Amino acid sequence: MSEETPWQQVLRHENRANPYPFYAELRKTPVARQPNGTYVVSTYREVVSLLHDNRVSSDPTKRPGTAPGADPAEPGTETITAADLEPSIIDSDPPEHDRNRSTMLRHFYGPPQSPHQISDLDPEIRRIVAGLLDNMKGKTRIDVVDDFAYPLPVTVICKVLGVPLEDEPRFHAWIRDALESFDLGPEPTSEEIQREVADGHRAVQEFGEYITELLDQYAEQPGPGMLSAMVHDDGPEGRMSQGTLVTNAVLLLFAGHETTVNLIAHSVLTLLRHPEALEKLRRRPELIVPGVEELLRFESSVQFWHTRSALDDIEIAGTTIPKGAPIFLLYGAANRDPQRFTDPDEVDLERPDNQHLGYSQGIHFCFGAPLARLEVQAAVGEFVRRVRNPRLVEDPPPYRRNQIFRGPRQVPVDIDGITD
Amino acid sequence: MTMAAPIAELVRDYKANARIVIVGASLAGLRAAETLRAEGFTGSLTIIGDEPYEPYDRPPLSKQVLKGWVPADHTELPRLRHVDADWRLGVAATGLDRDTKHVRLANGDQVPYDRVLIATGTRARQWPNPTEAALEGVFALRTRDHAARLQQALAARPSRVLVIGAGFVGSEVASVCRELDLPVTVAERGPAPLVGPLGGVIGEIAAEMQRDHGVDLRCGVGVSSLEGDASGHVRRAQLSDDTTIEADMVLAALGSIRNVEWLEGSGLAAGIWGVGCDAGGRAFDINGVVTDSVFVAGDVARAPHVLYEYEFLAMEHWDNAVLGAEVTAHNMVNLEPHYYPHLLLPGFWSGQFGVNIKSVGVPPFGDEIAFVQGSVKDRRFAAAYGHRGRIVAAVTFNQGKWLPHYAGLIERSAPFPPPPSGWDQPDDLKPIPAEFPEHGVPTAIPDVVLTGHDPSERRAEFRPRRR
Ligand SMILES: Cc1cc2nc3c(=O)[nH]c(=O)nc-3n(C[C@H](O)[C@H](O)[C@H](O)COP(=O)(O)OP(=O)(O)OC[C@H]3O[C@@H](n4cnc5c(N)ncnc54)[C@H](O)[C@@H]3O)c2cc1C
Repeated sequence: MSEETPWQQVLRHENRANPYPFYAELRKTPVARQPNGTYVVSTYREVVSLLHDNRVSSDPTKRPGTAPGADPAEPGTETITAADLEPSIIDSDPPEHDRNRSTMLRHFYGPPQSPHQISDLDPEIRRIVAGLLDNMKGKTRIDVVDDFAYPLPVTVICKVLGVPLEDEPRFHAWIRDALESFDLGPEPTSEEIQREVADGHRAVQEFGEYITELLDQYAEQPGPGMLSAMVHDDGPEGRMSQGTLVTNAVLLLFAGHETTVNLIAHSVLTLLRHPEALEKLRRRPELIVPGVEELLRFESSVQFWHTRSALDDIEIAGTTIPKGAPIFLLYGAANRDPQRFTDPDEVDLERPDNQHLGYSQGIHFCFGAPLARLEVQAAVGEFVRRVRNPRLVEDPPPYRRNQIFRGPRQVPVDIDGITD
Repeated sequence: MTMAAPIAELVRDYKANARIVIVGASLAGLRAAETLRAEGFTGSLTIIGDEPYEPYDRPPLSKQVLKGWVPADHTELPRLRHVDADWRLGVAATGLDRDTKHVRLANGDQVPYDRVLIATGTRARQWPNPTEAALEGVFALRTRDHAARLQQALAARPSRVLVIGAGFVGSEVASVCRELDLPVTVAERGPAPLVGPLGGVIGEIAAEMQRDHGVDLRCGVGVSSLEGDASGHVRRAQLSDDTTIEADMVLAALGSIRNVEWLEGSGLAAGIWGVGCDAGGRAFDINGVVTDSVFVAGDVARAPHVLYEYEFLAMEHWDNAVLGAEVTAHNMVNLEPHYYPHLLLPGFWSGQFGVNIKSVGVPPFGDEIAFVQGSVKDRRFAAAYGHRGRIVAAVTFNQGKWLPHYAGLIERSAPFPPPPSGWDQPDDLKPIPAEFPEHGVPTAIPDVVLTGHDPSERRAEFRPRRR
């Protein structure tokens, strides 16, 4: 067996906690062709350039089954919404993409319809954060993921969308199964993995059915939140089709908290690993705004994206990505590119000119970024202020399987108490 | 001992003890001041502004402020860092004495400088007839005070608004009027709105947009006079095609005039197009020789741009004021090998009739245009401008996120028409003439003449024309 490429090593579960040395290897070849025909792009300049290139498609249906010249035995280019759902905005190109995104945006934070939608949530977000920290009173050990990072975004996104919070255990399980099943790694396709893949498909299917039912209810009886508004919208672009509404609702509910959970967990983890940064933030709480941007650069919640492909031969960094080839854009590696960021492996809460790719760029720039920023600023800021003497119990903590939505499964932390 | 040490010493000493004066307390002035401090300048800093206000932002004045979303006095620019300056607000600079290195102020004060930054921007061109301009209900729009008055007048629901001039500001105000459900007439001397900055092809689309939204758009006509009633309030306007418009509110959106008059006698290359400077913001004197102590940034600056055949460009754009100020401020406290060039691709954005218009590069530099992405019918498209086979600019309607792509092509002098996008292609990709008006013809009588006999004696001299 030939030696693994740095990219194949990135994908290995055992390297999930620290893929950065492999990213550094990868960046030596900014656009690296993999045995399965995928082109992996790891340097800042090239990632940005392709994010803005109108010959790069995000629509998986425009990609031929196997990339030209690929080794068909190599796995790793299937898509996450494999179940029978229509493409969401993240999996589509203009003009469909633009139409659907702007229709959704109107109900999220787009002026003039809902310019205050996000900022009005601030008090509620702060109340939830305060409640979560109050619940930790009397404890000496907490899990940053389950006790803190998870409940906040889930509560908030349910409110924004109008999804009943009581249903949380159901979709939590679906999301978990979907994420577990999705592994691009080189680990052998054991029976267990096969089963997980099947579970994942079923989960996405059931998730879709659940949302369909919810939308039907809202069609009959309008309720609070974005989903109901979208069901009843007759905006300038017309109404979204039922199928498109369902996938995008699934996407929002999923992406609306999964990435934020990881971001909060990683932010706390990073600060505990960098006590000087933690101390600085404690002394200068106003640094939370640039600080969160830095934490997002340092540990991007979305490490890369996997549904893009070339619609034409694209010459870049001395390589030609052939028409039809899948392209993986590595935000996680670009954010640590020393050509773009001085001392990229250092945490600098006041980093100047921090144009990181933690939310991507171009037309697929993170739809939920304004909401995520608000949540993480509140959560991390209050954690730093109120938790006394937090200490990591296990470093690195256990990581989940998924490579794209990379994050710790748990972050156990010992604490001396909670201040008011 | 090498030369490097004393030079480094010189720079350190300069940063600690020099006196820098900034004239113009707006976007460029403020960002320059902040950059000076960020660059480690700890000497004395004086900022002179003729408006009584702290620096504020202008783009919202024709948009959010007029719609009533934001009060005019809530547009102050965010401070990016502490500038620790002596602010002289509400007093105009009236002269620049380069021999004694002083800025003269309207109140008789003289402020000494080692280096001075000119950031006096532009002002609105007023309605040319002073009696008519003084009528109640006739407005211009450049300042916070203008915007506050205009907003009040709109909120009082005039029966019809007349906008004279369909450039960006005029078109934006017309759009606001329609959003407020006010009847509005736009009179434009050119063949369509936005023809100057974007050409006739795009202008035609802008015209349709206005008409679709109920604007009474009259192109190819000028307003010849304004008439008031007995109480001195404007009532109607005479157009050059002998028609009359009944309007009780008029906005003259006639473009801008650069604030250079105060520089008369300073011997700088200042004129109606601005103050000439190199790409590093160092002002030229009237001989075209670069100065050491006078710098320029923002709307009033005019500098050569490598991508546009070194043509001197004056850019009245927000990002030009910011980046130009940053680059110039850096150069004010550094020495030659460490100078920065200001090579920003000009850019502009505008919001009107529900469409976000953005451009990058210099569209009027192009003579051809090609629609390269999206759909003109849906007002969601990108178009590229070409000049001699290369792309020199692009404009987007509701496709702003693609601008960096086109900026990249322009920076690389990529061929025109550019390669089509992989999806969302318009029906017709063929380049057509962009329809810009003729470029300005040089004036017949030169204002500047050369004198002297010896090559080393030859100097340019400014001779004001007698009228
Ligand atoms: C209504 C409006 C809408 C706009 N919208 C957009 C937009 O959407 N996008 C965009 O890119 N740009 C827009 N612009 C342009 C943008 O605002 C300018 O490019 C920017 O303000 C330039 O900054 P500046 O500091 O160079 O000049 P200015 O903002 O003009 O500031 C110059 C300052 O100097 C002062 N001054 C002048 N003479 C003297 C003197 N002798 N002594 C002391 N002080 C003096 C002036 O009073 C003024 O305060 C808009 C402008 C206006 C007016």
